[in-house]
Amino acid sequence: MNWLINNFPSAWELTVEHAYLSFAPTVIGLIVALLLGLALGNRPRPRTIATVLASAMFTVPSLALFVIIPSLLGTGILNPLNVVIALSLYSASLLIRTVFDSLDAVPADALAAAEAMGYSTVRRRLLIDLPLAIPTLAAGLRVAAVTNVSLVSVGAVIGVGGLGQLFTAGYQRDYPDEILAGIIMVLALALVFDRIIAIAAFLLTPWVRAARSAVPRTAGFGGRR
Amino acid sequence: MLAYFADGANWVGPEGIATRLAEHLWYSLLAVCIAALIAFPIGLVVGHTGRGRLVVVTLSNVLRALPSLGIMTLMVLLLGLGLIAPMLALVLIAIPPILAGVYAGIANVDPDTVDAARAMGMKESRIIIQVETPIALPLILGGLRAAVLQVVATAAIAAYVNLGGLGRYIFDGLALYDYARVLVGAVLVTALALALDGLLALGVKRVTPRGLRG
Repeated sequence: MNWLINNFPSAWELTVEHAYLSFAPTVIGLIVALLLGLALGNRPRPRTIATVLASAMFTVPSLALFVIIPSLLGTGILNPLNVVIALSLYSASLLIRTVFDSLDAVPADALAAAEAMGYSTVRRRLLIDLPLAIPTLAAGLRVAAVTNVSLVSVGAVIGVGGLGQLFTAGYQRDYPDEILAGIIMVLALALVFDRIIAIAAFLLTPWVRAARSAVPRTAGFGGRR
Repeated sequence: MLAYFADGANWVGPEGIATRLAEHLWYSLLAVCIAALIAFPIGLVVGHTGRGRLVVVTLSNVLRALPSLGIMTLMVLLLGLGLIAPMLALVLIAIPPILAGVYAGIANVDPDTVDAARAMGMKESRIIIQVETPIALPLILGGLRAAVLQVVATAAIAAYVNLGGLGRYIFDGLALYDYARVLVGAVLVTALALALDGLLALGVKRVTPRGLRG
């Protein structure tokens, strides 16, 4: 604990880097998953293929991915981009299933009503499907964000990875305090991300509070898959 | 990298691929078994009684955010090199998915089915073992599958704290700037994860009770 207090500026710097390295993939993953989900949701064959590919993607261990990506893309091994790309892939494959599920959960009545009112497909997607999907989507996003925060630190063993560098440095210098500081900051960051998404989802869905039911609440549960 | 795989000498001996693979499997198996011994009873009890649900969910979420590399390095410094420190980290990683699988599986069993068993005079312990567990088996194995994947992936990091396993290739390669060796390690870990996942997926299919197959 002392280490954290005495070295707060440098720990804070690493925290900011860590936040960026885990935030960027979460957002990229969400956008990719949303685009794919909206495009493929109603087509059974491509949808099955996407689901299978996504779960295969998930079996690739993160450390392996961190070192394979540079050789595939020609980025240097110390490039933080490797971590961002790897975690974006994980997030997208984690979220694609969530996007399918959340769009499936949109009540058919609401869609029929929108159609009857003359909504175009694009408008219906943006104004009806997506907002109604938010609660389920947010649950999946929380899992993805927390997983990313935890996985970014693995990047430290190849030289990038924000707070993970406290683990490698503390290990090499035989200094447990520094590692503990890293763990605490990682947990704090994960908590902040989780709360931000939960609160944003709450604010974006006033009708849920009004109705206080209808939408199934999926507990953020089930690990990295 | 292909040359490395093609050379038979790289497959045998104490540094060979076969040994590293066996080490990796051994760490993973041990960690999953210990985690199952801890998580299984808790999941059964919480799923059956419905008590302690919040604790289980919260615990799983906290454990998921816990950085395994941090736990592993910290434990090595506190306990010294050896099997215990990485094992602790791996067990902590394996507990949440197993716990979630067992808990969700048991909790989702149709209450009518449980009541029927109760009406037939079954004791609670017998209901858990003979009624709820078989019905919950697909979800339980699903959780186990997730746990195995995470442990296999994380066991690669164990080489950072001087343990064997397939991660050795990655870390030795990084230290020597021998990029081909890094890739050998990465490819082997990935192949192992894919193979185990495929096997377990087959297992899940087989144990699904006939009445529950879609």
